[in-house]
Amino acid sequence: MAAFLRIKGFFNKLFSKKRSRVGIYGPPNAGKTTLANRIVRDVTGEALGPASEIPHETRRARRKEGVEISSGTGSKLMIDIVDTPGVTTKIDYHEFLEYGMDQDEAVARAREATEGVAEAMHWLREDIDGVIYVLDSTQDPFMHVNIMMIGIIEARKLPVVIVANKIDLPDAAPQRIKSAFPQHPVVEISGLEGNNMEALYAKIAEVFK
Amino acid sequence: MIQGVQLDMLSADRLSKMTSYEKIRLILDDVHQGCVVVLERGLTPEEQGKLLEATMMEIAPGGFSGIEIETYPSFGGEKGFFGKLFKKDDSSRMMVIGPVDQLKMLSREKDRLIAWASAAQ
Repeated sequence: MAAFLRIKGFFNKLFSKKRSRVGIYGPPNAGKTTLANRIVRDVTGEALGPASEIPHETRRARRKEGVEISSGTGSKLMIDIVDTPGVTTKIDYHEFLEYGMDQDEAVARAREATEGVAEAMHWLREDIDGVIYVLDSTQDPFMHVNIMMIGIIEARKLPVVIVANKIDLPDAAPQRIKSAFPQHPVVEISGLEGNNMEALYAKIAEVFK
Repeated sequence: MIQGVQLDMLSADRLSKMTSYEKIRLILDDVHQGCVVVLERGLTPEEQGKLLEATMMEIAPGGFSGIEIETYPSFGGEKGFFGKLFKKDDSSRMMVIGPVDQLKMLSREKDRLIAWASAAQ
């Protein structure tokens, strides 16, 4: 019996398809956690983590395993979603003081945020199979951190979907994002309002299959 | 003594003789001293990722706050067969790196960067 179970386990491992780990990346305050929560909630009814207007609310990568994405045309894809801290080249604790934090709290948040950015980059280097790159449609997409991250993703030959988020805001200009990255699929959404999520799920199912 | 910002301009020839780690260490050492580093040939995406990770390790609240890094933005997606065939490597673009509290980008265009630099406090 034990031998049978071992053989069964061996064949299960041999023929089971590895689930893709899809990382949600982007600069701070682009709406990554709001989007991750929207995707996970649509599928499982749970949330992945708290979102806030204060930059670097997410300071540790969070993974949700076995999220089934339906394309709307009947095809389905099982992935792991990894929500990552916002990527930046600078972190100044004074920025957090403006949100009413005291100095100790702001310094601690800055320390955790630096570790979070390094952790996000480590995941990208070692453990991510595809990327959803989230950009705030009201901001300049040509910020160097975006050019750099897309360059790293391309160098690693990882499949990517670019999300032009926050299209519910009056000064959103998702067309600028499409002009900045014409070589990649761009989907316009509002993660907060849930607008156009079906188009995003269809693109995820197509690109990460 | 002239007050101002020290610029360290590194030629493509010199950079080509350095390892990734040597480049990153040189950049961060310069930036820690308040210098603005200009690379004739920019870092590769992998090197930029390593520079970002090393920068995060060295940020100290109340001290070093990180770097400003800029290059001419890529307007990506070379169109057509000849566009793809003769596409320039993005890392060949000049790159400017400096301390975030001393270097501020005022505008970035396809072929022009305007930055403002101040002396260390």
